[in-house]
Amino acid sequence: MGKLGEAGLAATAGPARTLGMEGECRASQARSWGLPAGGAGGDSPGGDAPLPGSISSSSLLQAEVLDLDEDEDDLEVFSKDASLMDMNSFSPLMPTSPLSMINQVKFEDEPDLKDLFITVDEPESHVTTIETFITYRIITKTSRGEFDSSEFEVRRRYQDFLWLKEKLEEAHPTLIIPPLPEKFIVKGMVERFNDDFIETRRKALHKFLNRIADHPTLTFNEDFKIFLTAQASEFSSHKKQGPGLLSRMGQSVRAVALSMRGVKSRPEEFMEMNNFIEIFSQKINLIDKISQRIYKEEREYLDEMKEYGPIHILWSASEEDLADTLKSVASCIDKCCKATEKRMSGFSEALLPVVHEYALYSEMLMLTEEIGKLEDKVECANNALKADWERWKQNMQNDIKSAFTNMAEENILYYEQCLATWESFLTSQTDLHLEEASEDKL
Amino acid sequence: MEQAAPDPERLWQPAPLEPLSHPDAGLESMVGEETKGARDEGPGDGTMTENNFSLKKIEISVSEAEKRTGRNAMNMQETYTAYLIETRSVEHNDGQSVLTDSLWRRYSEFELLRNYLLVYYPHIVVPPLPEKRAEFVWHKLSADNMDPDFVERRRIGLENFLLRVASHPILCRDKIFYLFLTQEGNWKETVNETGFQLKADSRLKALNATFRVKNPDKRFIELKHYSDELQSVISHLLRVRARVADRLYGVYKVHGNYGRVFSEWSAIEKEMGDGLQSAGHHMDVYASSIDDILEDEEHYADQLKEYLFYAEALRAVCRKHELMQYDLEMAAQDLASKKQQCEELATGTVRTFSLKGMTTKLFGQETPEQREARIKMLEEQIKEGEQQLKSKNLEGREFVRNAWADIERFKEQKNHDLKEALISYAVMQISMCKKVGFGFSEGTSIFRSAGKFL
Repeated sequence: MGKLGEAGLAATAGPARTLGMEGECRASQARSWGLPAGGAGGDSPGGDAPLPGSISSSSLLQAEVLDLDEDEDDLEVFSKDASLMDMNSFSPLMPTSPLSMINQVKFEDEPDLKDLFITVDEPESHVTTIETFITYRIITKTSRGEFDSSEFEVRRRYQDFLWLKEKLEEAHPTLIIPPLPEKFIVKGMVERFNDDFIETRRKALHKFLNRIADHPTLTFNEDFKIFLTAQASEFSSHKKQGPGLLSRMGQSVRAVALSMRGVKSRPEEFMEMNNFIEIFSQKINLIDKISQRIYKEEREYLDEMKEYGPIHILWSASEEDLADTLKSVASCIDKCCKATEKRMSGFSEALLPVVHEYALYSEMLMLTEEIGKLEDKVECANNALKADWERWKQNMQNDIKSAFTNMAEENILYYEQCLATWESFLTSQTDLHLEEASEDKL
Repeated sequence: MEQAAPDPERLWQPAPLEPLSHPDAGLESMVGEETKGARDEGPGDGTMTENNFSLKKIEISVSEAEKRTGRNAMNMQETYTAYLIETRSVEHNDGQSVLTDSLWRRYSEFELLRNYLLVYYPHIVVPPLPEKRAEFVWHKLSADNMDPDFVERRRIGLENFLLRVASHPILCRDKIFYLFLTQEGNWKETVNETGFQLKADSRLKALNATFRVKNPDKRFIELKHYSDELQSVISHLLRVRARVADRLYGVYKVHGNYGRVFSEWSAIEKEMGDGLQSAGHHMDVYASSIDDILEDEEHYADQLKEYLFYAEALRAVCRKHELMQYDLEMAAQDLASKKQQCEELATGTVRTFSLKGMTTKLFGQETPEQREARIKMLEEQIKEGEQQLKSKNLEGREFVRNAWADIERFKEQKNHDLKEALISYAVMQISMCKKVGFGFSEGTSIFRSAGKFL
């Protein structure tokens, strides 16, 4: 119980099974720390703390812990997940220094706290008379009891991922579901299935599943489990069931939850959220475009640089005295090229996918703002959403910080390597010069 | 003609012109006058050679550039740039410099000077001028001759040219060069009066010689190949460098876009706000740092360009040799044929076909008197021819000797200069890495825990 140290606007925690909307409502009522048990409405301690993640007093913490006594039974069963919860959310007890925030990020990756490991790899092409498509191998390793085995291997295609996303959106209309990579090809690509496209998609799908796995609620979703474990025939028959009816309703509830109209209780927070989403969406999309453009420019720079070094070698062939110096310069340029390649691959591994994923997230968040209203469902939906929103925002900040930190570090490493290369060239030339000078004296 | 080492005691006087072939009588008198004049001004001694033991040194600088308008030869208005050349003599004892001359010259006058030097010193690798038009440009650089950056780089190039000439042991003593630095008005007329344009070898003649010469000195053949290779490889290098610069510029500038976006984003972020601001600011600094970096690189490119143009100067010396050698070969051939003719006439045997021989057969033999006359004439021509051949031979050998001495000097200079240039390139890269790496460290230190450059 003591582990449940969330204050302010913490994200929902605990195992929210796919109980449908009502169940969800109840669960979130119980679980939204920071809100007095018994419902949304009224002031929450979060009202005092103006911002997510700001430090709240520890006395507040005590009050919340007490409030949740009635749910103790439920919580104990899932205490493991609660600790997971801890790591996912930002604990206000920890100082908000950048250093610690970076450490926070690292926590999420600690192996002994995770109990579900998913990888997406081995894209394979399948040709039938009707169509050609790609499947991806998904390997799941888990220690969770509810899974029949500890290891699973299945093959899924993009359509299946779409299905999963829709099911999650139906079941958890107030939660922020991770985005899928684009369905269609980005303009400018010639072939539908070229290698870069497939690799980018694979990485994004991997991220998608892992985001779900890391989400305190979504991770226990039944469809998710089936997606990861069911073999081909079992899976296709499972897909055929499932009410499509609820999906539309789910969408609008979610829309309402995100829209500021019809919200009685906390207009400022939702206005703030909306404002944030709008600006964030704008900025992250720009950053996505800028990052893609940088990658393209660097690619072209590298191509030219690769030609630059060899010319010096060519030149050295017609020179005598200068030959060694020219060859050294060529070798330095080549080393710098390799360092550039390394930096670029870091950029495309770490920064590009992260920024793009958040651009997709933001599109999704923006779209759902505009649809209708359903008054009576708003209250409980708001709380769940708000909690999830805070969790999402925290993750976003960590991920972005991490991505740009990483980019800066790659750059620093790159410049260090180039510096060392040229400095050693300089030393060798000076040594030679001294050697020659002393030879002249003899 | 002698290739004497710079005589330290020698006064800076307009040396009598010592062109390879025909000393120009008219000019010598002028030389005499000017010499007196120079002497009156005092011993302004001093070449710019490195081992300078002279009492006074001359400093030359092209210190300013100015846009001018005037009328050209066809009386049309034109805009051009004039460059201010200042000459200073430096007192050995206190290092103070005194301005002795200053005048304005435009690029076409520099060209005139160089063309004159090419004609009168064909055995010298004459320093090249900076490019007439901007080449190897990348998108940010302007190809416009009036562009201030281009003018600035040209100013430096022209100064470099004058320094090279002034530090050349032979060229520095040239009278026309001296006048170029000291006599503003009338200089063009003075140069033209030397009649050097008439003395220049026609291109056609030179081309012809290149193709037909049978026995040029092997070293010159090799040198020609070398200069072709040098020109080709430096061109290639400059082209690729320009493309690399272009791309690098793009990379840096696109990063600049991050700056504005981060800044705007930081407004909605609370604890991440500071970090974003800092990172955004750094991105702006990063994007603007490329301008200086590439400007420095442009100077490096100019150093390489000088040697690109030097390759042409090397080829010019080779061509002169080929021309002289061809001339020699033709003269020898001519002599040989005359000797043979003579022999045939004397002995009466006709071994070679000649029109005269044919007509004789057809229209009857010539009289013995006629034959004697012809033999006599041929013998005279042969005598003359032998003299000419001898002197041509001598000239040719002198040329080769002198040219080769200057080529050796040039090779040393080239190796030294290019090595320095390559080293300066490395220094540029090092300073860039330090500056930019530090920037990244600073700009994102708020995100990062440890800074390596700090």
